[in-house]
Amino acid sequence: MSLSFLDRQSTVADATFNRWLVPPAALCIHLCIGEVYAFSVFNLPLTKLIGIAKPAPGDWTLADVGWIFSVAILFLGLASAVTGSWLDRAGPRKAMVAAALFFGGGFIVASFGISLHNLPLVFLGYGVLGGCGLGIGYISPVRTLMSWFPDRPGMATGMAIMGFGGGAMIASPLSVLLMHHFASATDLGVAPAFVTLGLGYMVFMLLGATIVRVPAPGWRPAGYVPAAAARLISDKDVTVSTAVRTPQFFLLWAVLFLNVTAGIGVLSQASPMIQEMFKGQVTPLAAAGFVGLLSLFNMGGRFLWASTSDFIGRKNTYFVFFLLGLVLYASVPSIAHLGSIGGFVICYGIILSMYGGGFATIPAYLKDLFGTAYVGAIHGRLLTAWSAAGVLGPVLVDYIRQYQIGHGVAKADAYSVTMYIMAGLLLLGAICNALVGPVSSHFHHHAAAAAE
Amino acid sequence: MPNNLKLLLSWALVAVPLTWGVYHTVLNASKLFS
Repeated sequence: MSLSFLDRQSTVADATFNRWLVPPAALCIHLCIGEVYAFSVFNLPLTKLIGIAKPAPGDWTLADVGWIFSVAILFLGLASAVTGSWLDRAGPRKAMVAAALFFGGGFIVASFGISLHNLPLVFLGYGVLGGCGLGIGYISPVRTLMSWFPDRPGMATGMAIMGFGGGAMIASPLSVLLMHHFASATDLGVAPAFVTLGLGYMVFMLLGATIVRVPAPGWRPAGYVPAAAARLISDKDVTVSTAVRTPQFFLLWAVLFLNVTAGIGVLSQASPMIQEMFKGQVTPLAAAGFVGLLSLFNMGGRFLWASTSDFIGRKNTYFVFFLLGLVLYASVPSIAHLGSIGGFVICYGIILSMYGGGFATIPAYLKDLFGTAYVGAIHGRLLTAWSAAGVLGPVLVDYIRQYQIGHGVAKADAYSVTMYIMAGLLLLGAICNALVGPVSSHFHHHAAAAAE
Repeated sequence: MPNNLKLLLSWALVAVPLTWGVYHTVLNASKLFS
């Protein structure tokens, strides 16, 4: 098979191609790279690689291991920012194959690091290579789906990004099953589980790459008539180098950053938080159930909110996220004081649905403002907001909690201030969203002028 | 391969693992109410 199979030209669909084949191709990628959200299932086993039953001298600490996830998210943002323009040019198949090799290969390199008990090799494998696979794999399917569904861009991106949420649900039980399968009296089975996952993900992602197609130039869905340009929906393109200099880009960067910071901080602390706020009422097992429930809301919100944004508009959707989120965050301490576990769970479920919805709606918001031509690369640059929030959010929640406890606040009450701070962040997000206006016409890319 | 069969196989490819994952998550989530 020649390498031209990977070229963008080889992926142009013929007239008989059904566009509903593209969402499964995109899901093949996102269901795999979504594994990163389930990485915490490896945290404890990785701290007992020498001691097996319990951590022994020389074993990695939980803090050491925690950095693997952070490095992966950091490289997700860096890779998507650096390779975004290339992805737009190279086409989805080449990008998906590169993502499969990086992500699957990263697992395999990390498995050597685990076998040799060499932490830098695990950082290099899962964190750096795997993170690059995440970044490359995240944008390309989203951008391809938007070109196939110009009539419903929110729903299209919601489908792919929902897969990212669903990936963690598959990876979590699958990783546990694999570790159990490979475990022995002298080995926890982590390294062979990594190899199996790496190979499995590589194959699954390559299957997606074979299915994917791009529409022929000028293709439109049957019966689709593009809506006339509206105030916040432009039919003009803005190049990536220009887009990153517009106020709209910075405002959307802040919108994504604040929405993610507010959600990710809670996600990272969900299990201890519910146990400490409802002391004696919620067991560790039930808390694990709470985390599972949040991931269902996180996944469902990605599809539902992004699809809703096709009808109510992106700006209004983000206003709902920020203002409803603000009210819910501000209500959580009172609900906890009332002892209402049901109310607490519903509040957090809705908050997490909006956290997921924020990820899924942002590509369509970018498309509305900056046009379709360079949206992949612009989305890539914007994902640095996710990296920044991925590092800051958990640190912020943990620091505020420790500070409170250090100053004599009861553990059950230590989260209240955090909730009010999160509500404050969402208010800032609402202000940034309110400031988003149409991109000035002098930023628009004029193909004829560019050609001259 | 007919287009409809391709469509069915492609969606099954992603729906089967996703359903399995969601089933395990729901099972896990049900512990909150037990």
